[in-house]
Amino acid sequence: MANIYPYGCFTHAVVRGIPESFGKLAEGGEGLQTDLAKAQRQMGVLTGALRQKVGLQLIEIPAVSELPESWRIEDVAVIQGDTALITRPLKQQRRAEAEAVRRVLNELKLTVLEMGDEEGRSAGATLEGSDVLFTGKEFFVGISKHTNHRGAEVLADTFKDFAVSTVPVCGGSRLKNICSMGGPDTIIISSSDGAKKTLRMMEQLTDHHYEILTVPEDVAANCVYIRGPAKVDFLLHPTAEECPNSVPAFQRLTDYTLLPTACSEASKLGAALSSLCLLINKKPNY
Amino acid sequence: MTTEVGSETDVKKEPEKDPEVQQQTEQPEEPADHTASTSADQPQEQIQSGQAESDQEAAVSPEPSSPPAAGTQKKEKGISRFLPPWLKRQKSQSQDKPSESSAPPKQESVELKEEEEETSQPKEEVDAGGAAAASTEQTEEVKEVREEVQTEEKEKEKEEEESIGSADTQPVREEKEGELEVEEKEEEKKEEEKKEEGKKEEEKKEEGKKEEKQLIQQEASVLSTHKVNKKMKMVVCHVTLLDGSQFSCEVEKRTKGQYLFFQVCEHLNLLEKDYFGLSFKDHAEQRCWLDITKEIKRQIRNSQWQFTFSVKFYPPDPSQLTEDITRYLLCLQLRQDISSGRLPCSFVTHALLGSYTLQAELGDHDPDEHRLDYISDFQFAPNQTKELEEKVVELHKSHRGMTPAQADTQFLENAKKLSMYGVDLHHAKDSEGVDIMLGVCANGLLIYKDRLRINRFAWPKILKISYKRSNFYIKIRPGEAEQFESTVGFKLPNHRAAKRVWKVCVEHHTFFRLVSPEHPTKTKFLTLGSKFRYSGRTQAQTRQASSLIDRPAPNFQRSSSKRLSRSLDGAPVVSVSDYSQAAGAGENGPALELNSDSKSPQVEVMEEPNVDAATSITSEMAFEQTDGTGAPERKDLDKTQEDVLKHQASISELKRSFMEARPEPRPSQWDKHLSGSPVTSLRLQAHGSLEEELTSLFLSKACFSGLSGSCSTTAVPAEVPQETPPRPGTDSRDTSKNAEVKPEVDDQPEVIEVVEETVVIEEIVKAKPKSPAPEASIPVETEVKEERSLSSDSESEEEAEYHAQPPSTSISIQQIKEEPEEEQEAELTQQAPPSVIESQPSAEAAEPGPAAEEEKAAERTHEPLPTTDEAPNGHALQAEAPPTAEEEEPHIVNGSASRVEAEHLPQVICCSEPPVVKTEMVTISDTFAAQKTEISTKEVPIVHTETKTITYEAAQLDGNGDGEPGVLMTAQTITSESLCTTTTTHITKTLKGGQSETRIEKRIVITGDSDIDHDQALAQAIKEAKEQHPDMSVTRVVVHKETELAEDED
Repeated sequence: MANIYPYGCFTHAVVRGIPESFGKLAEGGEGLQTDLAKAQRQMGVLTGALRQKVGLQLIEIPAVSELPESWRIEDVAVIQGDTALITRPLKQQRRAEAEAVRRVLNELKLTVLEMGDEEGRSAGATLEGSDVLFTGKEFFVGISKHTNHRGAEVLADTFKDFAVSTVPVCGGSRLKNICSMGGPDTIIISSSDGAKKTLRMMEQLTDHHYEILTVPEDVAANCVYIRGPAKVDFLLHPTAEECPNSVPAFQRLTDYTLLPTACSEASKLGAALSSLCLLINKKPNY
Repeated sequence: MTTEVGSETDVKKEPEKDPEVQQQTEQPEEPADHTASTSADQPQEQIQSGQAESDQEAAVSPEPSSPPAAGTQKKEKGISRFLPPWLKRQKSQSQDKPSESSAPPKQESVELKEEEEETSQPKEEVDAGGAAAASTEQTEEVKEVREEVQTEEKEKEKEEEESIGSADTQPVREEKEGELEVEEKEEEKKEEEKKEEGKKEEEKKEEGKKEEKQLIQQEASVLSTHKVNKKMKMVVCHVTLLDGSQFSCEVEKRTKGQYLFFQVCEHLNLLEKDYFGLSFKDHAEQRCWLDITKEIKRQIRNSQWQFTFSVKFYPPDPSQLTEDITRYLLCLQLRQDISSGRLPCSFVTHALLGSYTLQAELGDHDPDEHRLDYISDFQFAPNQTKELEEKVVELHKSHRGMTPAQADTQFLENAKKLSMYGVDLHHAKDSEGVDIMLGVCANGLLIYKDRLRINRFAWPKILKISYKRSNFYIKIRPGEAEQFESTVGFKLPNHRAAKRVWKVCVEHHTFFRLVSPEHPTKTKFLTLGSKFRYSGRTQAQTRQASSLIDRPAPNFQRSSSKRLSRSLDGAPVVSVSDYSQAAGAGENGPALELNSDSKSPQVEVMEEPNVDAATSITSEMAFEQTDGTGAPERKDLDKTQEDVLKHQASISELKRSFMEARPEPRPSQWDKHLSGSPVTSLRLQAHGSLEEELTSLFLSKACFSGLSGSCSTTAVPAEVPQETPPRPGTDSRDTSKNAEVKPEVDDQPEVIEVVEETVVIEEIVKAKPKSPAPEASIPVETEVKEERSLSSDSESEEEAEYHAQPPSTSISIQQIKEEPEEEQEAELTQQAPPSVIESQPSAEAAEPGPAAEEEKAAERTHEPLPTTDEAPNGHALQAEAPPTAEEEEPHIVNGSASRVEAEHLPQVICCSEPPVVKTEMVTISDTFAAQKTEISTKEVPIVHTETKTITYEAAQLDGNGDGEPGVLMTAQTITSESLCTTTTTHITKTLKGGQSETRIEKRIVITGDSDIDHDQALAQAIKEAKEQHPDMSVTRVVVHKETELAEDED
């Protein structure tokens, strides 16, 4: 179909700066000491890798202090092809984050769709992008405390070309905490029991075949795969410090350019590499 | 007992409840420890009132009809007694609801409709048959059929002539017509040749004729007398093609779907037709696939002869299709699917697909010619916006230079990736009552909740698919971690829907998953409760066949543009016949034998493997006739009427004795059965049903005559009749029936028919030769062995459900499923010879040809074989002649014997009552012609199923045997299924003190909703059992009925 390509071809990335308020009000951040400066540094490394190593056009939305979690930009929109669905995060206060993102996506000439009113069909629907795994062929939506069936239905209505399957999120708070794409047909997944359970469900639900790359650490399960403009496979993954046991697994990916990218501060808040960016493909293939 | 009635209201009053509970009711006849007498309120009332009415009915019922029907009537009467009285009441109330399923021989008073006319046909045939009986020509049957055709034509001609006059004269005209017909009929025999010519003309007239029928209804009373003379009816079928155009085709009313389908394919010049099918809307507006192996009329019932040609199996990879025309048709289907919203896709995809459509239909974008509005004729999406159109045009421009075929290919390449491509959705509820959708596709079964996929069962994971009532079940292969299989159940809106899903699953599984017919066992795994199979080619086969297509790419027009598209070089179109040959070749290849299209397995069977088998059967048939009339062995279909009557006399007596007992109230549907002749029960159609029955007939025969040899033999082959006979019969029927239709039809696999027709009876036959006949026993054993070997191939575990009560005597149960496979059948057929009994075609066999269904059913035994070209009557006679003579005697003896036995028979016994379910337990003691009984009813409102068990048991006749254990010689179980019935036959042979005893137990499961004439089916089954084993006696009849209440009232 018009917009089914192998996963990983992206031309643009959208990120949002780390605000001063980083770590405050953030979920799970209560007892943790986060280092704002370190977080900002890590963000800088990420953006640098995306821009210079991978070669994407990078759009950086300035941080806003009033939105302490706005850097988790992945939650705010689900983008596939030319279509972007602005999500409805669980936390009411996060919904304001969408405004800037919406503007950017419109500027990129994406078809930006909303989840609709609070009333009616999508009433009560919640959806966060970090619960959505798009494989290039289909969507898996993790049903978690952040994302419910209603939200998944809206997603399915938005991306009609694709099968949208719901899977329970076991062993993590968000689907992408336990798995991510590691290639056009490769899913990287944690070896935790919960993740395995989720994987089994995904395998049951899919019509397609995926290679599975199992990594021993949860944190390693979230990577960012991008097939760069030069047809090079890039994998941004947590550094060896964060996931010492998983690096060998990444190295099994042949012909990949591995880009260790630290994300430890965001991790403390339950986020991961993929949480920090929205990837977009603006290069039509037809 | 006049009409069959369509009302099934009573049954369904109960609110529908939990599927699980219903399931429990399945156990057919568990000895009832509960007395079901607790709450006897409503039901009892019903019973009583029903009884009263039934009495009335009985008085009224014997309506005179044409002489040949008399026998049938008699029988019917008996049956009707057997059937629940309140049914009758129902019937009277709803007389005006005609149902095709059963055509009562004599209904004068009811509304006259098409069906009635049809009904009359059988009679006619019988008459004709009777007349022709004297003649010894083998070809008689064929002739008759042709004659009928002619008659029909003439009729129409007459009509036309007369219609020229004025509409006012119509009634009169009709009368005349009838008279004229009669006259003509006599002349017809000379004029066979003319038949073909007239055919074309008829088509035009058909339209007018339909209108006339309306009028005819009003004249029912007048016409009724003339009806008898009407013969084969032609009907115009309207088929909506994929490009929206209409294709009209005149078909004989009794023709099978494939005739029409092939006509359409021929019209379309389509060779890769296995991906396509015809569908129709049933009375509930549900789209149903026409089973091309079955009669159209039976499937559409009262619906219009209006069909839609569409894609049935969406090829996962359209690029593998051989011909562009096939891809084009697939494109048309997908465009429909998309614009109707059935195949959802995104804006972008709509635009892209739309642009390919334009390119294919209009060619390159022409800025001068193609303004923006040039696409307004096209519907690209359910909600087409200006924006979309603009996008489409924009993309269209980019396709410059693409040929139509290329554009179609691109279209398909994109469309096939859509997640809902080729997914056939059905509404259902999961076990918790949540609304879901079941999506059947090439890879398996998908479960959706709203638009979300929540589960998926690939074919390899599915062990069994079944449905019961409105529930649909899949049994899942245990995963690595799991130890046990699990079964997932879904609740469909009604039985019909459940069955529809089930069928679609069976078909998809077979088509997409089964690559090679070499593994017939695989196909079996999907058969529970129905004999339905996908009988067409699998995808693998059709691909193989397609690869043999060797014709220049046909020219065809793309609908909107009418532009000639020439895919290669515009060579002339080659006729389809070429293809069929090619296909045939392909099929003959190692792997392919299941083809329904070009080659009939049946034929092969008959011809190749064993001439003997056919021969033997034939010969047996001959015997039977001989019995009745003492006439020469050649028989005509119809001639047998008398014989049949005689033959059935004993049966009917037996039945009567059974039936005198007052059965408890049953669902109204059963009424139909009563009214209809038993024979008609054959026309069961498996449509949604909320009822299930388990019927067991036990026929036990003590054969004291010196003829023990024959008797004993009989026992074993007993099952054969059910399985094999139908085919030969069918063949002949087809031949005759479709004579005009053409050879093509003849070639069609008869397997289908068998499937369809299989009615079910369970019998236990005991043959106890007083004088042990060594010879007899030996042959028997041999036979058994053969069967065993066969059975080893087949896996029939799925029958387990239905096997709740294996005969106690049988140690090892081996099941042979009746599969449309030639070989198996062939062997069975061979076994047939020994027993006269077997020669009788099973009830199901009586798929009504155009000819009299009823009669056939009645005579089943006699008619089927004779005329078939393939059926080596000649052979049979010659080869088997000696045995025949012998057989004659026994038969007679048997007949009387059975009669006698019948009289002692019934004495009641047991009732079963499954726990959780609302149960009505009725105990009927039926002694010798006496009636009745104690009926207790228990009604528990909580559940929605109703289970009834009635047992008739003969006073123990089999004196000799039961006391001693005996030595089990053989035991076997044979299972055959049809759409709505499953027959399991257990045959056990035991040797006791030098006597061999054969016990045949038949378990018949009739599944279906109100559409099915359960009573008739039952009656038929009983009758068949008796007919098949005239020399055996029925020792036990257990009727176990489960009714799902308050549902499926559509």
